Amino acid sequence: MSTDTVRRFESSLDALDVGCTRTDPAGFPDALDAVLDPPAVGVPLGIDGVSLDGTPVETPPTPRLLREAETGVTPAGKAIAEYGTLVVDADATGCEPVSLYPPTHVAVVRERDVLPDVEAATDHLGARFAAGESSVFATGVSSTGDMGALVEGVHGPKHVHVIVVEEEP
Amino acid sequence: MSAGRERRRKAEKIRHLLETEGDAVHENTTVFNEDRYEVTERFDDFEALRDEARAIKEDAIERLPELIEELRESVEANGGHLYLADDAADANRYVTEVAAEEEAETLVKSKSMTSEEIDVNEALEAEGVDVWETDLGEFVLQVADEAPSHLVGPSLHKTREDVAELFNHVFEPEDPFETAEELTEFARDYLGERIRDADVGMTGANFVVADSGTITLVTNEGNARKSAVTPDTHVAVAGVEKIIPSADDLQPFVELISKTATGQDISQYVTMLTPPVDSPTIDFDAPDEPLGSGDGERDFHLVLVDNGRFDMREDEHLKETLYCIRCGACANSCANFQHVGGHAFGGETYTGGIATGWEAGIGGEEAADDFNDLCTGCSRCVNACPVKIDIPWINTVVRDRLNRGHDPDAFDHLVEGLTPDEESAGVDLQKRLFGNFETLAELGSKTAPLSNWVASSRPARALLERVAGIDSRRELPAFERETLVEWFDARGGSRVPQTGAEREAVLYPDVYTNHVLTERGKAAVRVLEALDVHVRIPSAPSSGRAPFSQGMVATAEAKARGVSDRLGPYVDDGYDVVVVEPSDIAMFEREYEKLLPGDEHESLAEHSYEIAEYVYGLLENGGDAAALRDGTGVAVDYHSHCQQRTQGLEGYTVSVLDAAGFDVTTSDVECCGMAGSFGYKQEYYELSMDVGEDLREQFTDDDALLAASGTSCVEQLGDLLPRDVTHPVQLLAPR
Repeated sequence: MSTDTVRRFESSLDALDVGCTRTDPAGFPDALDAVLDPPAVGVPLGIDGVSLDGTPVETPPTPRLLREAETGVTPAGKAIAEYGTLVVDADATGCEPVSLYPPTHVAVVRERDVLPDVEAATDHLGARFAAGESSVFATGVSSTGDMGALVEGVHGPKHVHVIVVEEEP
Repeated sequence: MSAGRERRRKAEKIRHLLETEGDAVHENTTVFNEDRYEVTERFDDFEALRDEARAIKEDAIERLPELIEELRESVEANGGHLYLADDAADANRYVTEVAAEEEAETLVKSKSMTSEEIDVNEALEAEGVDVWETDLGEFVLQVADEAPSHLVGPSLHKTREDVAELFNHVFEPEDPFETAEELTEFARDYLGERIRDADVGMTGANFVVADSGTITLVTNEGNARKSAVTPDTHVAVAGVEKIIPSADDLQPFVELISKTATGQDISQYVTMLTPPVDSPTIDFDAPDEPLGSGDGERDFHLVLVDNGRFDMREDEHLKETLYCIRCGACANSCANFQHVGGHAFGGETYTGGIATGWEAGIGGEEAADDFNDLCTGCSRCVNACPVKIDIPWINTVVRDRLNRGHDPDAFDHLVEGLTPDEESAGVDLQKRLFGNFETLAELGSKTAPLSNWVASSRPARALLERVAGIDSRRELPAFERETLVEWFDARGGSRVPQTGAEREAVLYPDVYTNHVLTERGKAAVRVLEALDVHVRIPSAPSSGRAPFSQGMVATAEAKARGVSDRLGPYVDDGYDVVVVEPSDIAMFEREYEKLLPGDEHESLAEHSYEIAEYVYGLLENGGDAAALRDGTGVAVDYHSHCQQRTQGLEGYTVSVLDAAGFDVTTSDVECCGMAGSFGYKQEYYELSMDVGEDLREQFTDDDALLAASGTSCVEQLGDLLPRDVTHPVQLLAPR
């Protein structure tokens, strides 16, 4: 994806008060460390050159970790620059609950998976649905106005941080 | 119940809601509404996507039986079950059977209006299943044992203080709750425990994709995600109308729904599940085993609910309701709703303008009887609706049907002769009087000023209030002895000769300009002539706006016919039609589409102009603004009419006043609150004044001139502010 798209993504995240770190694979452990609030739980990232091995993130997720972890680390299959949206592709590793239960969600997305807009995600979604799979557009943090004022952090995370992993040269 | 007592009961209910819920509803709905304007204005694709969404819905409803079968195959291929329920009882029977099979003790739900419609909570509880609403708004209502007051914000009639008081009373915390944060944290933890323990998760569905079996849920809290994915068994309940053909069709709706609902670019979570989902099962009783390692298996049931929808599909007028995506924009953009909320403006389940379609479709017209009149036809919801449903028309059609269903009124004989309409016996007397305003106006002018003295006398006002529910706190319009048409004839017609004139125009003598506000008509003539327009004012029937607004569609149709017959020949001869009353230009442009043959409507709509729109066009085409009155340095507060704004006509008045040098301040309320006859009605007088308060607050400079285009806005402003009110054209007319 073009640098413009990633820049747009960053500015959308900024407007949502969602932090964003750009790193190459080598810098990933440090980037993760900087935003991790332990204890942390995660699922495999499936991104070349990037792994949770050797980080404080515990895998695989268990019910106790879902309840007690401060941070959940997952990949985002795609991201949408226009709205700062993360496309969380639910799968058998537990990407969906790990991105949902802990108070902080750290999402890791490859630079080339940052798409300009919702329309550009149609093919990705269409293929997933056809294969019986599920995805979530997650934009910003969980919030509610139902108690008479806007409150962040309801059933989902109160903090979200995105790590964009740049392409290998 | 007598009509008078019924009106007093209604007035009392509205008064109570204005006092208890009005402020919170107003605060919340106006924020949604303002945010909607903001977000849609900066979204370039808005109009194109509305068209696309509309087309997708039209196609999907057309092909519904076939799509249901395709969806069934998709769901079953995924390993789930689809049940098509005929009605609420059938749906509830299926859901309770699923719960029984799962030996469910508890079920957690995310927000779903369809589940409210079928009262599934009661059905489950009767079978011993504990049901918990996990959307915080719904949870508040569950604790309070109240009904939703809004499609999207079910508890938005409650303030933080209300919720704190409720929770402190029910849950008796050691330290009483005060802040929204404390309340949210408590509710989240309380419900979090119930979600972990639940045997079944129930959700609704905003959209259901036929070719993959994917259901889409749009939420901000994350509770739908948790409810769907935490228990092994997921039951989704959705109306049959939620089906769209394929994943490709999802994008317009995902883009539109959050913008029109809450004014967000996109909601926090757009969850697209193809159940049973791949996410591992979660067994909180085995906390240290990896997710998915137990012997639990995911199970999914999609319960599609008919409950009247297939009949709606066959109903030419109610059918459009099925395109509704339940975003609530029609409620948020509605001045009456903003003040009184869904506990008045709503039926058994649904709220706001579109509620008339839903309630009538599900429960029969009678189900909409109590609130249908709160739609004044102001049309502010028309451009707000993401799927372009003509919500005022649905309200008018249902009103018409209700009119026909009512018993003949005992007082009908009193007004015989005053109500020469096309309606069958049984139309409420109040509606009948307002619907036949033209006849009253003709008689009023003929007998003025005596008619005005009699009408404003105390005994007459008392009688009008008692018999017809016309509130005695309102001043009645005063009829002019000399009508505009008579004045124009008496002066010898147009002072600009036809030969050599810049344009030739018919000034339509709408019933108000002809009989009541004749000065604005005379001013319009002077302005047009100053810009070298040859003017004609033939006598012509009223537009039918008055009967239309009372749901007297046959009468309105007859009027439209008459107008078209009268003005058509002028249009054919190359005349433009200029209209002073905005509700009438809106009638020609919008409502006549329903009342006249297509070509006649198109021809009249194409050649008709609102007066300021016409003047704007003249000035743009070389007309000299110096021929108008110089307004340099004069401050004007201008309120545009609701229907005028919907037609995109507000800007012309502002531009023309600007061109003449006036310093213009505009209002941005959706409606003045008078809305034709609405504010005259005894049962709605207080609501009307409450709505007007928003407008009053916008115009604080008592030294500014006050102008409004609509007759009823003029009357309302006259009651709200201690200033004279004129039509803008009166400000522009050379002296």
